[in-house]
Amino acid sequence: MMKRLSSFANPAPSPPMPANPTPTASNSTIVELKSGSITLPILKVYSSDLTEIETQLQKKLGSAPEFFRHAPIIIDLGDMPDDMKAHLDFSGFLKILQIHTLAPVGIRGGSAAHQKAAQAEKIPVLADVRSENPPAAQPKPAPKRTIPPPRPITATTKIIDHPVRSGQRIYATGGDLIVMAQVSPGAEIMADGNIHVYGTLKGRALAGVQGNLEARIFCSDLRAQLIAIGGHYRTSESEDDALKGRLVQVYLRDETLTVDPL
Amino acid sequence: MARIIVVTSGKGGVGKTTTSAAMAMGFALRGHRTVVIDFDIGLRNLDLIMGCERRVVYDFVNVINKEANLNQALIKDKRCENLFILPASQTRDKDALSLEGVERVLNELSETHDYIICDSPAGIERGAHLAMYFADDAVVVTNPEVSSVRDSDRMLGILASKSRRAEHNQEPIREYLLLTRYSPQRVKLGEMLSVEDVQEILSLHLLGVIPESKAVLSASNSGNPVVLDEKSDAGQAYMDVVARYLGEEVPHRFIEEEKKGLFGRWFGGKA
Repeated sequence: MMKRLSSFANPAPSPPMPANPTPTASNSTIVELKSGSITLPILKVYSSDLTEIETQLQKKLGSAPEFFRHAPIIIDLGDMPDDMKAHLDFSGFLKILQIHTLAPVGIRGGSAAHQKAAQAEKIPVLADVRSENPPAAQPKPAPKRTIPPPRPITATTKIIDHPVRSGQRIYATGGDLIVMAQVSPGAEIMADGNIHVYGTLKGRALAGVQGNLEARIFCSDLRAQLIAIGGHYRTSESEDDALKGRLVQVYLRDETLTVDPL
Repeated sequence: MARIIVVTSGKGGVGKTTTSAAMAMGFALRGHRTVVIDFDIGLRNLDLIMGCERRVVYDFVNVINKEANLNQALIKDKRCENLFILPASQTRDKDALSLEGVERVLNELSETHDYIICDSPAGIERGAHLAMYFADDAVVVTNPEVSSVRDSDRMLGILASKSRRAEHNQEPIREYLLLTRYSPQRVKLGEMLSVEDVQEILSLHLLGVIPESKAVLSASNSGNPVVLDEKSDAGQAYMDVVARYLGEEVPHRFIEEEKKGLFGRWFGGKA
């Protein structure tokens, strides 16, 4: 039932603390707003049965009465079944806490009525950040969230270190393609991602063939018969001779293939 | 174990058979036991160029079909005892060749020879594929004009992906560029691609440049491989090619130096 919240970003006002030492510095700011985190116990409630709550609380607190004397706590009703929430006697619940000298400094979860009642008692309502805190395996454990195993890291970049000849087709599925030699006329290189050619590109180069409009083509000498990015293509007829022999990149700008020197 | 060399190009008429005959004779003259195989089933030109067409009894297809054994089909050259010719069939087509059959014949020849030269047919179909499939080295014969260069590039792509070495992830076929029918004057006039142009397009190790030469045609017509014409420029160029293939450092001739020496006078020493 009781749970430690390891790191709790505290957007709520600070809990009443035992008499703070009076600030001695007189000339400096005496009021400062700072964000900090304080570890607070969270009281999770799974049932609206006040008698049962009282019994179990007694038992829990009995094991360390000094520790919980005037202890600030957060009330968490998030795991309580909705039908029970409706029946929860909130003021009665607060009384039980009072009896056990617990000082509720915030509430989260719970119905709108609970939150309203809490605010009436000057208990701030906290944002429900329960997703960060897996529910405790108590009376009604919520279905365990299975954390997907980390995906195996696969190198999706394909590297070709020999000339791509006329009639050859190379397709880098799901990633980039790097060609460290020339691409002859009549050859076709394709990639789902970017294409890099460290050599003369004379064939056809199609980047982002699955529709990735962000893909680019980088090339140390662009003389391609055809270049395409995400289906937008153009042929060598429209190539600019001034860019021949220069390091260039090809990308899409406003759905237009743009060739810029690098 | 023999080294298997395919002489290929993609395009027809560039000088594959001339090169096969010349290189085979060149290897044989230098003392290597050499066999040259005509893969151009149905067209059969090699035996003409080698001058042994009248001695053909059994051919490559007969051996593959086990209708004859290799010794019956191999023709021993009369000019050089190290040279053998395995002729093509003129009455069959390229479908008569099977991958297993070619492999068996090559394995058998490999035991008794140093070099096996496969004279590939033009094109990129079955005959050309079988000729290059088992090769260790490839001599890509190219003329200095764009369509031939393009076809050679295509053939290089096939060599890199569809050979036995490629399919078994072995060391790739060693590829050599042989530029034939080269005319320095026409290069100078801008009518022909230069050696540099072709090398830039193909980025390939240059094995040699064979100049355009009347000696080639007369050699073919007389059935004597051009290397036997020691005075001819083409014959010398082919012997250089053989020497370079065998690992000797031989400077390239008939490209620049000859241009200056022979043609420089014609152009008033502009070079």
